[in-house]
Amino acid sequence: MPSDYLPILILIVLATVFAIIAMALPAVLGPSRKTKAKLEPYESGMVPYTDARRRFPVQYYVIAVLFILFDIEVIFLYPWAVMLRQLRLFGLIEMAVFLGILLVGYVFVWKKGALEW
Amino acid sequence: MNWIEVFLIPFIKSLVLILALLTGFAYMTYYERKVLARFHVRYGPNRAGPFGLLQPVADAIKAIFKEEIIPAHVDKWVYLAAPVLALIPALIAFAVIPIGPDLNLFGRQVSLYIADVNIGFLYVLAVASVGTYGVILAGWSSNNNYSLLGALRTAAQMVSYELPLGIILVAVVLTTSLATGEGSLSLVGLVQQERPWWVWLWLWVAFPIFFICMLAETNRSPFDLPETENELVAGFQTEYGGIKFALFFMAEYIHMITASAIMATVFFGGWQGPFVDRWPALGILYFVVKVILVLFLFLWVRASVPRVRYDQLMHFCWKFLFPVSLVYLAITAVLVALL
Amino acid sequence: MQLVLFFVLALLAVAGAVGVVLSKNAVYSALALLLNFAVLAVFYIMLNAQFLGVVQVIVYAGAIVVLFLFVIMLIGGQLAPDALTAGSRRPARVVALIAGLVALAGLAYGLVSGALAPQTGQVQGSGSVQAIGRVLFTDYLLPFELASVLLLVAMIGAVVLARKPTKS
Repeated sequence: MPSDYLPILILIVLATVFAIIAMALPAVLGPSRKTKAKLEPYESGMVPYTDARRRFPVQYYVIAVLFILFDIEVIFLYPWAVMLRQLRLFGLIEMAVFLGILLVGYVFVWKKGALEW
Repeated sequence: MNWIEVFLIPFIKSLVLILALLTGFAYMTYYERKVLARFHVRYGPNRAGPFGLLQPVADAIKAIFKEEIIPAHVDKWVYLAAPVLALIPALIAFAVIPIGPDLNLFGRQVSLYIADVNIGFLYVLAVASVGTYGVILAGWSSNNNYSLLGALRTAAQMVSYELPLGIILVAVVLTTSLATGEGSLSLVGLVQQERPWWVWLWLWVAFPIFFICMLAETNRSPFDLPETENELVAGFQTEYGGIKFALFFMAEYIHMITASAIMATVFFGGWQGPFVDRWPALGILYFVVKVILVLFLFLWVRASVPRVRYDQLMHFCWKFLFPVSLVYLAITAVLVALL
Repeated sequence: MQLVLFFVLALLAVAGAVGVVLSKNAVYSALALLLNFAVLAVFYIMLNAQFLGVVQVIVYAGAIVVLFLFVIMLIGGQLAPDALTAGSRRPARVVALIAGLVALAGLAYGLVSGALAPQTGQVQGSGSVQAIGRVLFTDYLLPFELASVLLLVAMIGAVVLARKPTKS
C-alpha cells in the first residue's frame, strides 16, 4: 500500500531538516575571521597551478557502464527469487539462459582487459 | 485512519530513530577510539568525564563552534549540498530494519520499525546507491585535485561492491521462500520467519563476502581508499572543515552502524533470542548487542589489515567477489528450486 | 491529501525537467535530472507500483545519473568539449525539435483517442515484486530473455568504444 511509505517520507523530511540545521549552526555560532590563504585550495602547501577539473581515465566510465548493466541484471533477479519456489526447474532454466547470455558478456569484458587498472 | 496512527507515531518514531543514530554515532567514535587504542596498547580518550565518556560531547561542541569556511574556488551550492546529501541516506537507511518485536507502549501496540514495506531489501540497495552522490558532488564542487580523484575512486568503488552485495541479498531472499513457497523482500518478515538450521549454516557461508562488501560500501579500512591520507590528503573531504566535515564523518559512522544492523538482521536473526516471547523488550537488547558485536568486526579489521591498492580493490571485486557471489547464488537457487 | 501531494510533486518534477534543459552547467543539469527521477519514483509508489518505484531509484537515480556525472567529470567538468560548440549544433537542434514534436503529437493522440486513459479498477497487489515475478517469468518470458541480449550488446559496445590504445 502506498500509505506504508508515508513514514519513510516523514523520516526523509526530518533527516533533511536535521542536516540543514546542523549545517547552519556554525554560521551563527562560529567565529568569522577569513583570510585569503584560508580560502585557497589545499595543495599540501604548494600554490595550485592547475584547475582540478581536467580529464580523467576512461576506465571510470567503463566501470560505471558495466555497473549499470549488471545492476539491471541483479534487479531482474529479485522478482525471480521470490517466485522460484513455484517455478521450480522451469525457473532455474530461465534464469540460467538469462545469466548465461550475460556471462558471455562478462567473459568478453574480462578477456578484452576492461577490468584491468 | 486517524492522524495519530498516520502521522504522529511515525513522526515520533523517526525523531527517536534520528536521535538514537546520532547518539550511536557519537559513541561509535568513542568505541572505535577505545578499541583501537587497546589494539595499540594505549588508553584512548580518558580525560573528558569518567573513562573519557564525555569525549564525543566535547567533539560535537568543538565542531559546532568552528569557523564556517567556504573556499573561494568552490561551486558554492553544490559544495554545501554535498554533506547534506551524504548524511540523508545514512539516516534513512534504517527505516526498514526492525529493532524489536511489537511492544505495548501507553496502551498502544507499537511496532519497532519505521515502515514494513514489501521491498525492504531493495530499499536498502536503493539507499546505498543514492549514497554515492554526497561523495561525487563533494569531490567535484571542491575543485581540488585530491578531492576529485578521491571522489571518482570512491564512487567507482561503491558502485562496484554494490553488485556482489545485491547478489548475496538475492540468495537470502531465495531462502525466505523455502517456508512459504513465495519469497518476501520484507526485513520485518525475515526476522519473524523460522529458518531450519542448515539454512543458517548456508547463510553464514556468505557472511564473509557480505561483510567485505559492506566494508567497501562504508569506505572502511582496508578499503578506505577515499581517504588514503598518505596519498590523497583526505580524498573527497579535503576542502571540508568544521561541521561540514563532521557531517561526512557522521554519515560514514552511521552507515557503519546501519550496515551492522543489516548484517545482524539478515545473518544473525535480528532481535530474535531466548525469552523474547515472554519479555518482548529483551528483543531490543539482543538487537543492540548483535549490532555492537558486528561493529567490533569493523574495528578489528581496521586494526589488523593494511589498506589495499586501488587496482587490487577493483580486481578483487570484479574478478573474485562478483563471480563467487554468482556461484553462491546458483547453488542456493538449485537448492531452493529442487528441494 | 493525495491530490495535494501529487500537485506539489508534479511541480517539482516539471521544475527538475526544465532545470535539465536550462542550466548552463552540465553538473547542475544532472542534479535537476536526479530531482526529476526521484519524484518519478514517488509517483510510482503512489500508483502502488512499489517495485518500479524502487527500481527507478536504484537504476536511474543510483546508476544512470552517476554515469552522467562520471562522463561530465571525464570530459573536464563544465568545460564544453569542442565537438559540441557552434557549427555542429544547428542540425542537432532541428533533429531535437522534430523528435520533440513527434513525441508530443503521439502523446496528444494517445490522450484524445483514449488509448492512454487511466485504467480503472485496481488489481490487488499489482505492483508488488511477487506479482511482477509471476507474470514476467511466465507470460513475458521472451522479452525477459531478450533483455539479456540487449544488456550484452550494451556491454560489448561500451568496452569496444572505450578500449585502451593497443600497446605495442
